[in-house]
Amino acid sequence: MHWTHKDLLDVCDLSTGDVERIFETADSFMEINRRQVKKVPTLKGKSVVLFFAEPSTRTKTSFDVAAKRLSADTFSLAKSGSSLSKGESLKDTAWTLQAMNPDAIVLRDSRSGAARFIAERLDCSVLNAGDGWHAHPTQALLDAFTLRRAWGGEFAGRTVTILGDIAHSRVARSNVNLLTRLGATVRVCGPRTLLPPRLDTWPVTVCHDLGSGLDGADAVMCLRLQLERQQDGLLPSLREYAQTWGLSRRALRKAKAGAKVLHPGPINRGVEIASDLADDPDSLILDQVASGVAVRMALLFLFLTRKD
Amino acid sequence: MSNAEFIVKGARWRGESVDVLVAQGRILELRPSGNYMDPGAQKIPAGGALLLPALTDCHVHLREPGFEYKEDIVSGLGAAAQGGFANIMCMANTRPVNDEAAVTEMMLEKARRAWKNGPRLFPVAALTRGLAGAELAELAELRRAGCVAASNDGLPVRNSELFRRAVEYAADAGLIVIDHCEDPDMAPGAGVNEGEVSSRLGLKGQPVAAEAMQVARDILLAEYLGLPIHIAHVSCRQAVELLAWAKGRGVPVTAETCPHYLLLTDEAVENYSTAAKVSPPLRTLDDVLAVRQALREGVIDILVTDHAPHAAHEKEVPFAEAPNGISGLDTALALTMRMVDEGILDLDTALRAWCWRPAEIFGLPACTFKRDDPADFVLYDPGAPWELTPERMRSKGKNTPFMGQTLPGRVNALFVGGVRIV
Ligand SMILES: [Zn+2]
Repeated sequence: MHWTHKDLLDVCDLSTGDVERIFETADSFMEINRRQVKKVPTLKGKSVVLFFAEPSTRTKTSFDVAAKRLSADTFSLAKSGSSLSKGESLKDTAWTLQAMNPDAIVLRDSRSGAARFIAERLDCSVLNAGDGWHAHPTQALLDAFTLRRAWGGEFAGRTVTILGDIAHSRVARSNVNLLTRLGATVRVCGPRTLLPPRLDTWPVTVCHDLGSGLDGADAVMCLRLQLERQQDGLLPSLREYAQTWGLSRRALRKAKAGAKVLHPGPINRGVEIASDLADDPDSLILDQVASGVAVRMALLFLFLTRKD
Repeated sequence: MSNAEFIVKGARWRGESVDVLVAQGRILELRPSGNYMDPGAQKIPAGGALLLPALTDCHVHLREPGFEYKEDIVSGLGAAAQGGFANIMCMANTRPVNDEAAVTEMMLEKARRAWKNGPRLFPVAALTRGLAGAELAELAELRRAGCVAASNDGLPVRNSELFRRAVEYAADAGLIVIDHCEDPDMAPGAGVNEGEVSSRLGLKGQPVAAEAMQVARDILLAEYLGLPIHIAHVSCRQAVELLAWAKGRGVPVTAETCPHYLLLTDEAVENYSTAAKVSPPLRTLDDVLAVRQALREGVIDILVTDHAPHAAHEKEVPFAEAPNGISGLDTALALTMRMVDEGILDLDTALRAWCWRPAEIFGLPACTFKRDDPADFVLYDPGAPWELTPERMRSKGKNTPFMGQTLPGRVNALFVGGVRIV
C-alpha cells in the first residue's frame, strides 16, 4: 500500500487508516530511538528544508532530529538572517525554496493558510509545522500518539479537555479534529475572550469554568498562553488567568484519578499549569517530546518514500 | 413622420418588441415595433436583444491617481462601458486623495479626454482631509469642481461628533454623505466574517455587529439631523433590519449592496481564497437571504459594484495580507441577469436598483425611455453565455471569485447620450 499524499497540511486530510498507519510506523521508530546507535540509512540522499518563518526551537529540533535519525540531510532557514528577507512575498519564498530542489519542506509560518499556499505552488512535499491559528497536524498526531500509548490504544469512552486559549490555537483546532475522529470526547474550556466564534459547529462541548471543564476528564491538554493576550485586551492579568484557569493539583482533583496532563510546550510555569504538576508522573509532557520525534520520523518516512 | 436621427428596431422591452427613436442624444419615443415611415433616420436592427436602461454605479474605485497599475480612469471606464454603465461614481481613496478640487478636475479631464461620449464620471469627494478622519475636506469647493457625494469609504470616521458635523456641512454644500459602516476598532478589514468559517480557518473575523452598530449610529444621526445619509455596501441581516426600522420611521437614509453580497457566502473564502476577500466580508446564507429580500422590498435602494481592482501579485499572498476587493464592473450586469433568471430578483427591481434609484438619490441622469430622457441604453443578448476569463475583462483587475464561471449573457451595445460606445 503506497502512501499517496503529497502534503500534510491538516489532520483532516488524513483518513483514519492513514492515521493508524502513521502510528504503527511511529511505533517502530520509537524502538530505534531507544537503541545505542539511533540512526538508520532509510532516507539517505533525501533532503529536507526546515523553513521556520516564525521561531520555534522545539518543533524545528524535533523535525531535525527525526530527519537525521533517518539519515536525511536537513537545511535550516530562518526568516531573519537568510536571503528570505522581510518584505519578500510568500510566493517568492516558495520559488526560492523550490530552487533548492528539496524532497520535503517543513514549514512554520504565522499566517493561517501559508502551508496550503506553499504546497499549491511546489512539487515537493510540504509538511505543515504550524500555520497561524489554523493547523498543527504533527502536534496533534504526536499528542494522540502519546495518549494512545498511555491508554493502550483505546480512545472510545475517554474525555479530553483542551484548556486555555482555544481561539488562537492551531494545536487546539488540529487536536479537536483528530481526537474526535479517533473516538474521544473533546471538551474545550477557557475564558470567553479566548474561545473562537461558533463553537456550536465544532464537535466539542464548551465549558465556561474550570471545574466543569475538568469534571471527570481522562486527560487535560493545556495550551500555551501567549503573554500578549493581556495587551490585546483579552485578559486583565496573567495573575488572574493563573488563578482562574491555571491547572493546579487542586483543580485537577475534579478530573478522573490518574488523569493525564499534556502541554505542547514551551510552558509558562505557574500560568497555564502549576510548576509541580508539570513535573508530575501523570504528566505526559516529556513523553510528548519523545513521541514527537518518532511521529515526525514516521511522517518523513511516509512522505519521502511515497510514490505518485 | 418622426425627426429621429436613428432608430433601434426590434428590441425587447417588458415582453414587447419595440423601436427606440433617438434625436440629439435624447429619447424621442419608444413605440411598438412596426413599419413606420422614418425616411431620415438610420435603422439599427436590435435582433431581439433585450433593451435595458444603461446602468449607474455609485461606488467604484478607479485607482487613478496613484495606483494606475491596478486600474486607471481609461481602463476603468472601459470596463464600465463593457458592463453597460452610463454613469459611475468613483471613490476618493486615491493618492493623492480626492480631497481638493485639483484632483477632482484632473479625474474629470482624464475621463473626458479618453471617453468623450461616456461613461460619465462623477467623482466622490473625500469627507475628511486625506481620509484621516480628523478635519473636514473643503466640501463646497469639491462640489463646485464636480463631486456629487462625499465619503470616507474604506476608512470609516471613528469620531461621531466629526461625522455629525460632516453630514451637516456636506448637506449645505449639496453633497450626500456615503458611509462605509464598520466600527474601526472591531477587526478592521478582516476580510472574513466572524463565524463558523473564520473559526475553522483560524482567521480573525469581523462580526456583523461591527457593521450594524455603525449603521445604527448613522440612522440615529440622520433622524436627529433630518439629513440624508447613504449607507454603503450593506452585507448583513442586522443592518437590513435596522434600515427597515429606520425607513418605517421616515428617516432619510438610503442604502446599497453589491452582487457579491447577493450571490456568495463566507464559504467562498474556503481554502483561503483571496479573490473572495472583501470589506465588509461575505457573510452567511441567512445574511444573503436577508439582503436579497431587502433589495426586493426597497429597504436597500440600489446596487453598486464596489469595483475594487487589484494587481494579481497583491492577491497572491496569504489571506490575512491580501487587500480587500472584487473587480466588479465587467460582470455586474451578467451577474444581475443571472439572478433574474434564477428568480432571485425580478427585472424591474434590478433596473430600479441599477438605474432609476441611483439617479434619484444622487441627482444623476437616467433613462426611463420617456421623451427627452437621455438616450442611455443597453442592448443585452441573453442568449450568449460566455466564460469569464482574465482576457475578457476590460478592467486591469482580474480579481473576482466568479473567474472561470459561465455568465448568461453579454452587452451587445451601449448608447450613452445617443452615441454608441460599445
Ligand atoms: Zn467601502
